[in-house]
Amino acid sequence: MSEPVERSVEPDAAGTPAGRATQIDIDGVGKTFTGQDGEHIVALEGTDLKIGRGEFVSIVGPSGCGKSTLLSLVAGLLETSIGEVRIDGKAVNGPYTDLGFAFQSDLLLDWRTVLRNVLLQCDMRGLDPKAHEARARELLSSVGLDGFEDKRPFELSGGMRQRVALCRALLLDPPMLMMDEPFGALDALTREQMQVDLLEMWQTSRKTVLFVTHSISEAVFLSDRIIVMTPRPGQVREVIDVDLGRPRDLNVRDSAEFGAIVHRVRVLFQEMGVIH
Amino acid sequence: MEKPTPKKQFGFLSAKSRGWHVDAFWMLLSLLIVLGLWELLVAVFNFPGHLLPRPLAVADAVMEHWETIVDNSYDTTIAVLAGYLLAVVFAVPIAILIVVSPQVERLLYPPLVATQSIPKIALAPLFIVWFGFGIETKISVAFLICFFPIVVDTIVGLRSIDPGLIQLARSMGATPARVFLKLRLPGALPSMFGGLKVASALAVVGALTGEYIASDSGLGYILLSASGEMNTALLFGVLIVLSVLAMIFFYAIELLEKLLIPWHVSQRTHAR
Repeated sequence: MSEPVERSVEPDAAGTPAGRATQIDIDGVGKTFTGQDGEHIVALEGTDLKIGRGEFVSIVGPSGCGKSTLLSLVAGLLETSIGEVRIDGKAVNGPYTDLGFAFQSDLLLDWRTVLRNVLLQCDMRGLDPKAHEARARELLSSVGLDGFEDKRPFELSGGMRQRVALCRALLLDPPMLMMDEPFGALDALTREQMQVDLLEMWQTSRKTVLFVTHSISEAVFLSDRIIVMTPRPGQVREVIDVDLGRPRDLNVRDSAEFGAIVHRVRVLFQEMGVIH
Repeated sequence: MEKPTPKKQFGFLSAKSRGWHVDAFWMLLSLLIVLGLWELLVAVFNFPGHLLPRPLAVADAVMEHWETIVDNSYDTTIAVLAGYLLAVVFAVPIAILIVVSPQVERLLYPPLVATQSIPKIALAPLFIVWFGFGIETKISVAFLICFFPIVVDTIVGLRSIDPGLIQLARSMGATPARVFLKLRLPGALPSMFGGLKVASALAVVGALTGEYIASDSGLGYILLSASGEMNTALLFGVLIVLSVLAMIFFYAIELLEKLLIPWHVSQRTHAR
């Protein structure tokens, strides 16, 4: 196990990081879309970020600020208009597949059982599902879903469905997780539980996590660093360190330090006119 | 009862209980009511037999012409099935090509929409010129009338995939072929079955139309000749046989749907 989050992002080539975790370099990356009338819409201005191995980084910002665009650019699902993304030193060209993705919508397939939904990874990558079935069952059991393997998604609650989606993302033990508002559609109580579960998982495997959210408190609770974005055109307004120690439990939310960081982020949004 | 139901006398009369003999009971009951009303109508208003025959007279006529009805049912059924299957065999691949390739879409879609707007039945006389008085004309009309709903609903189904799912698949490095086979196609099945069910009813319309205009066999032909002879009882009998056949066809497709997409909202027991 690694030390609690070292923020040195030097590509320590020789040193083996705890578990498998990726390092992400975002180097002047920007994205401009061409609208239907041919006008240019700047979704993301040139952005520089370095994300260290095993770091948990949240991106917070108002709707339309390019948070999801940034995630798609890092994962190679979108082409950058300017700049370059490097993962473990290598430039990203086209979809980067050594990662797990979780979206706000769980994207479970109605026609597959829970187990087969987790094993979708294998079918999409041309791997043998049989070889990964044990791991899939283990993951489902670790999120309290044993006994649900053969159920269909429609028989599950929203929280359970999102757990299945998380298991699907984790099936091949990827060194990095991209999470695009994964808990955005859940009720408040389920959401807190999912945050606790996610932290627990992260604590043991220390993957690099890029987590997009609207919720300031969620970002503070989960992250090592919070990237605060400006309204469109999206830009990094400030990067805030979260020095709350690890491991964290829900009680940390009642601490003065937690409140101070939440306050700091909120003040930033007030200054930008996002919150009045 | 297959399911445990509240132990109540006549509990199976509750609208919620299910099982095939419960279904059969309700079906029989509604049939008896219809027949009873029919009989009553004839008796009360004293309709002449050639306008509205009594149910028993219809049964008699069916018995009397039973062999003819069976033989001609066979001809009609073959025409319906052949037209329908041909439509499926052509429509589904064309829909797939249109969705997969923008070039094919640009090439095929405009003429497809243009032909779609022609009333298919209006083309029947043309088929007589091409195929003459035989089964080919019936099959052609049935084919043409089934074709469009299947193409359109298959296209809609294949297109209605969640874009997020495509992103997810790309992040897993999926090839377009895998995305198509594992995500698009299964996701399109509910919509495809919508088209297949509509087409199953239309296939019968198509075959009948063919028989009306250019045939010396089939239930449509019998209907015309019974009408010519003012044999209204036989007319009613053939109509009933025809609707039973059409119903069997429809339910066969629905059964296939239940087997293939048991996961879909429309198939879940609590959704009924």
